[in-house]
Amino acid sequence: MAKNILVVENILSANDRVAAENRTIFDVAGVKVFNLMASPGAGKTSLIEQTIKRMLPVIKLAVIDGDIATNLDADRAAAAGAFAVQINTGGECHLDAIMINSAIKQMNLKNFSLIIIENVGNLVCPASFQLGSHKSVLIASIPEGDDKPYKYPGMYRGVDALVINKIDLLPYVPFNMDYFCKGVEILNPGLVTFPLSCKTGEGLESWIEWITGNARGR
Amino acid sequence: MHELSVTESILEISLRHANQANAKRITNLYLVIGQFASIVDDSVQFYWDIVSKETIASGAILHFRRLPATLSCSECNHQYSPDNNGFSCPNCKSDRVKVISGEEFFMEAIDIET
Repeated sequence: MAKNILVVENILSANDRVAAENRTIFDVAGVKVFNLMASPGAGKTSLIEQTIKRMLPVIKLAVIDGDIATNLDADRAAAAGAFAVQINTGGECHLDAIMINSAIKQMNLKNFSLIIIENVGNLVCPASFQLGSHKSVLIASIPEGDDKPYKYPGMYRGVDALVINKIDLLPYVPFNMDYFCKGVEILNPGLVTFPLSCKTGEGLESWIEWITGNARGR
Repeated sequence: MHELSVTESILEISLRHANQANAKRITNLYLVIGQFASIVDDSVQFYWDIVSKETIASGAILHFRRLPATLSCSECNHQYSPDNNGFSCPNCKSDRVKVISGEEFFMEAIDIET
């Protein structure tokens, strides 16, 4: 006999269910978690280094680094003074919730008030894979060009904050800030934005203020 | 994008509902995808043929219904679905618009044989 069965169920992948589990683990431990995403070379690790230097020793933070290969980024975070864990994805182009779940089960989360997850350099795939973080942050950089919001709407639409790094290079590369900001505003109106330079230090104070405020649950 | 994991989820949901109804076969699945959901129908179909083999869902036909997105203009509060002319408000031409809906992805129903 043929029958029609009403289902009406969201198709969350297995990843999203684990992400929800991760989020619960973070909340029980009282730690705030940020998912940092960007193209390769935009400045994720540099921003993490600058953040660590300005937050230690008052705010205890840990970094979970995702890369296809090497421990280079975790080593930099550890050298800056943070507890650092490296995940080598072995070819996967993004971190997923299952990888984070394995990593955090080996950490004493109660030791930290803030964890920064440094995702694999990639403007596409990480946007689709929730990790269970409280906030997601995209780093754009001036040399990448001003058309990236238009070309990568999924990423720009899905983040809670945007860092525009390498503003010290504005005199040297073509970049129309109005065009860039218009694209951001259409996709993510009112998105909190931090133009800064990890190299010169310009603009870093506002970023530190925002992440500190969020780490304290404000 | 990365449609294998979502296709596996589609299989799990459909088998669970079918088993609850003591189905012998699943013949059709009805999926709803929002205009902005980054799911590619053809990729899901491709993976579906592979993951559903040797299950009661083998041979089931996937039906995709695309839901138009809804945008809301922050200037004049007009709500509309974007067309090929871009995202700007058709009422006042403002670019200050918000996405209200458009990223849905759910299974609305399945057809079974008992």
